[in-house]
Amino acid sequence: MGQIITIDPVTRIEGHLKVEVEVENGVVKDAWCSGQMFRGIEIILQGRDPRDAPLFVQRSCGVCTYVHYLSSVEAIEDAVKVKIPDNARIIRNLLHGAQFQHDHIVHFYHLHALDWVDVVSALKADPKATAALADNVSQAPWGGASYFKQVQDRVKSFVDSGQLGPFANAYWGHPAYKLPPEANLMAVSHYIEALRVQANAAKLHAIFGAKNPHLQSLVVGGVTCAADLKPDRVAEFKYIWKETQEFIKNVYIPDVLAVAGFYKDWGAIGGTTNFLAYGDFPQTGEGPSSDLMPGGAIYKRGFTDVQKMDEKKITEHVARSWYEGKKDLHPYKGVTEPSYSDYERGGRYSWIKAPRYDGKAMEVGPLARVLVAYGKGDPGVKKLVDDTLAHLSIPAAALFSTLGRTAARALETVFIGNAMEGWLNELVANLTKGDDSTYTPWEMPNSAMGRGLNDVPRGALGHWIEIDKKKIKNYQYVVPSTWNLGPRDAKGGMGPVEEALIGTPIADPKRPVEVLRTVHSFDPCIACAIHVIDPNSNEVYKVKAL
Amino acid sequence: MQNEKEKNRQEFFEKLEQKGITRRDFVKFCTFLTATMGFSASYVGQVVDVFAAPAQRPPVIWLHMAECTGCSEAALRTMYPWIDQVLLEIVSMEYHETIMAAAGHQAEDNLHAAMTKYKDKYLCVVEGSIPTKFDGAYGKIGGRTFLEIARETTKHAMATICLGSCATHGGPQAAAPNPGGYKGVSEALGIKTINIPGCPPNPINLIGTIVNFLLMGKLPALDSNGRPLFAYAHTIHDKCPRRSHFENGEFVTEFGSEEAKMGYCLYEMGCKGPETYNNCPIVKFNDGTSWPVEAGHPCIGCSEPNFWDTMSPFFETL
Repeated sequence: MGQIITIDPVTRIEGHLKVEVEVENGVVKDAWCSGQMFRGIEIILQGRDPRDAPLFVQRSCGVCTYVHYLSSVEAIEDAVKVKIPDNARIIRNLLHGAQFQHDHIVHFYHLHALDWVDVVSALKADPKATAALADNVSQAPWGGASYFKQVQDRVKSFVDSGQLGPFANAYWGHPAYKLPPEANLMAVSHYIEALRVQANAAKLHAIFGAKNPHLQSLVVGGVTCAADLKPDRVAEFKYIWKETQEFIKNVYIPDVLAVAGFYKDWGAIGGTTNFLAYGDFPQTGEGPSSDLMPGGAIYKRGFTDVQKMDEKKITEHVARSWYEGKKDLHPYKGVTEPSYSDYERGGRYSWIKAPRYDGKAMEVGPLARVLVAYGKGDPGVKKLVDDTLAHLSIPAAALFSTLGRTAARALETVFIGNAMEGWLNELVANLTKGDDSTYTPWEMPNSAMGRGLNDVPRGALGHWIEIDKKKIKNYQYVVPSTWNLGPRDAKGGMGPVEEALIGTPIADPKRPVEVLRTVHSFDPCIACAIHVIDPNSNEVYKVKAL
Repeated sequence: MQNEKEKNRQEFFEKLEQKGITRRDFVKFCTFLTATMGFSASYVGQVVDVFAAPAQRPPVIWLHMAECTGCSEAALRTMYPWIDQVLLEIVSMEYHETIMAAAGHQAEDNLHAAMTKYKDKYLCVVEGSIPTKFDGAYGKIGGRTFLEIARETTKHAMATICLGSCATHGGPQAAAPNPGGYKGVSEALGIKTINIPGCPPNPINLIGTIVNFLLMGKLPALDSNGRPLFAYAHTIHDKCPRRSHFENGEFVTEFGSEEAKMGYCLYEMGCKGPETYNNCPIVKFNDGTSWPVEAGHPCIGCSEPNFWDTMSPFFETL
């Protein structure tokens, strides 16, 4: 057996994740992902008023703060059979688009960049040369030698203080860091600027959603922000959208391309096999058939042959997770009882369950969405992808990688961000012709079932609800990080992140920055990924205390 | 001393201006913060100095327990001071899993090094609640339970600040039937904490508490729930801009209605404002952009103890 490397905690993610890899001859041979926390939101939902469910499940995650809220509301709307007004659909799209803009900026700069960018090396950069580099690759509004000198001085006085805070004791100087000092300084500057850009971008959520994190303006039947459908609010939204989109186009995309140029070898590392997208952003009241980002399934990397997505093919396995049972079940039928035992690589080793589609592990998220849209021939996505491949002089096969995943995330941010302008114009047109409707009245049925399927920053998200006697009888959600970070299934098939780690070169087993690159490229969100479904009783918890 | 301070101030303002923030904007922010904290205007100069001329950046150890990271995200949204200023110039964030570059055992080393180096001198911010069932087996970091980590880390903290309703009272995972035996930090550990509840709390209430500490050398005055009085002394209802509609009997009875469009009172839609202590209507969220009632949604009482059970069903009238 090779050497086992454990990373626990995996930092710069949401939640508590442990990753182990087995390394032999400098390459990852085996891998295990383990979710380290269990909260049990679904158990708590049972017997409650269905209208409260969206507020509860929203608290699964404060990073992708909008998405569970949206899927939950839509699951109930599906159950109670209410069709929301056009303005509500548009406002939900706008809030969802803003979530992508915000989330992907934060992911690239604050959660992922330090896997590629060496902060300490930035201190050695020549500010003049940095300015020249920045002028060449980016259209950032900040620049010039004096600007980069200031940033460098700021970082230097921070380092000199001896209080290194969040930058302390990382893998700086590791041979896998390839950027020259000037590119590092440029990236560090944009890391700092992006901290402000994201705070500003989050105002988009506050305008029609009260606040961010944890928006509070969706209800079953529509949206509550009726009094905010005024020219000043719309203009405020448009102005901040524009600032954010300019950052995405002029800074985020050029930075991704510039960094990728130094790491082309990562176009052959970190790939997976199968991909799934539910699709999202309905362009009309017709629902999924009008989605801006289409749904579909791709097997064995065959992206020119996208299959129709069929929700009935989804099951969840628990054979290798800390729950009772071994059988895989569809979410409507999910039965789960937590049963914690030791961490055993050959046995049960995670609080995350293992969802499968048609029996297969599927990668979800930006890469899956972009591949599905590309495969279906969406001209906008096709152009973005082809231009990027040409710019980097890499083949389409390089998309199936850590590099491809990170690039796809950036590209869809532009694509979705661009579409937001059209939605704003639609909203204005509706208001101009006097349509300011935001809500459709409805009544709670005695019993009903419904589902909400969305595609959110981290991937395919589904919520399923069963209502009985006007209360929640059963509730379950299968989230993107469950798909990506789940453990092995009953047949021993690996989860996507586990699969992606196989073959990763490791230069120094004590400082496995290469593992972080691939894990982070999936943007893990572990609090979302772990929850439990429908135990009819709560008494059988077998826990072996360690 | 005075000259030194003035020099530091000048340098600070020059730096700010290079970043496109005028001295006037900054003083305006400090005035707002001073007022939020309930100090008289004569303190504005001292608040300015907290940012302009800090002696040594106070070490902060930030623990993530059972939570959703919404409180960290809320803190990232602070504006004036911006989060980069907080991280680079105001505090020394020794441990924070969401933003720290270090991972795995090197991250753990950072935690232990900070606890040793700054023993009895660091602020411990806790985000999230603590599972207590089965000795805390439902939540682990680096092979140790949240319970164990929190007990050890808060022991030698100068003060423990519970940020958000999970850390203060257990959060949604502690709602009935509370499958993991989740508790707020004070209850799980049997220690006294400063509580900044909210789901998530407004970042200005955290920054206000830290600034109060840096300015006065002590923590702000607290109510019986451990909440800083500068933020939690009044009910939402008392300060609500829709209060006159309540007094006039002008209520929204259906979302999307003409009454909703006119911004009438949300009491009949289930608003929990009359029983919720917080400063949302005054400071609002995301740089004063909005807050739930302004967006037409009833308050859900998210800063009250155990609100997930005591305030729900959220859409039923109080």
